[in-house]
Amino acid sequence: MESLSIEGTNKTPSVNLDPESGVIEIKGRSIPENSIEFYRPIVEWLDQYAKNPNKKTIVNVQLEYFNTSSSKCILDIFKKLESLKKARNEVVINWYYEEDDEDMLESGEDYESIIRVPFKMIEIVE
Amino acid sequence: MDFNIDDYYAQMNSGDTILAYKGSVSSELITNVLEVMDAKLEDLIVKKSIKKKLYNILVESLQNLYHHIDDLPDASNGKFDIHFGIFVVAKKEDYYKVSTGNFIKKEKIKPLKQRLDRIKSLSKNELKELYKNILNYQEFTQKGGVGLGLIDMAKRTEGNMEYSFTGYNDEYSFFNLDIYV
Repeated sequence: MESLSIEGTNKTPSVNLDPESGVIEIKGRSIPENSIEFYRPIVEWLDQYAKNPNKKTIVNVQLEYFNTSSSKCILDIFKKLESLKKARNEVVINWYYEEDDEDMLESGEDYESIIRVPFKMIEIVE
Repeated sequence: MDFNIDDYYAQMNSGDTILAYKGSVSSELITNVLEVMDAKLEDLIVKKSIKKKLYNILVESLQNLYHHIDDLPDASNGKFDIHFGIFVVAKKEDYYKVSTGNFIKKEKIKPLKQRLDRIKSLSKNELKELYKNILNYQEFTQKGGVGLGLIDMAKRTEGNMEYSFTGYNDEYSFFNLDIYV
């Protein structure tokens, strides 16, 4: 299976999905008007990955901003990861937020409570 | 009372305006406005958490505007651009005001008003629960939204928003939403 790499723009995040290391990274801004198109390849990649996943999957989400359209797609990604975990794979989700960004911390907690996979909340101190 | 868009715009655009726009609201416009505002806020606001909160409100209110404008059928004799909207960001003494204005069909007023009144009446925790519930169970609409924009903005500002509707003609009204950050 191939890795997937998408470069970031000022409206969409950079994405790195590596099947060999099992590291999944989403970083930057996710504020497109319509996010379904942007996230489709990522969701499809995860479907493929789930067929033969790494023993351990590490997910790093480090978003500066995301809009409500993206929030639904991000949840879809987390739901894929929840299934992966239910299938007895190790899944670690690291949710990064900037110092004092209560809203971003809260968003992470919201996702955590919906998908029932523990998140590691990591504060980025400048 | 006649609806005069220029008077209306002048009224919205009074005080310490950081950015004011009236005209066609497109995806490109949103990208440009966000870019300009990103740089402006960097200069204006020292506290990063406030900057981020305000920027989030700008993103959500602009995209809400973009998705929910009802175009006047005749684009009103060249008086209004296609997909016409108003967007104003102003700095007040110790807060920021983000205003949007757009035409909507009159039959949408009642449900929108009910929705806004309900959202405004909810506590922080109730908003959080409502947000999570919609996020988890709501499917995408045809417009690519999830119906979370208003709730998200209320959540971030603790419901600090005001709205008004001004009649334009038999079929359309002008909807104004002010959000305080």
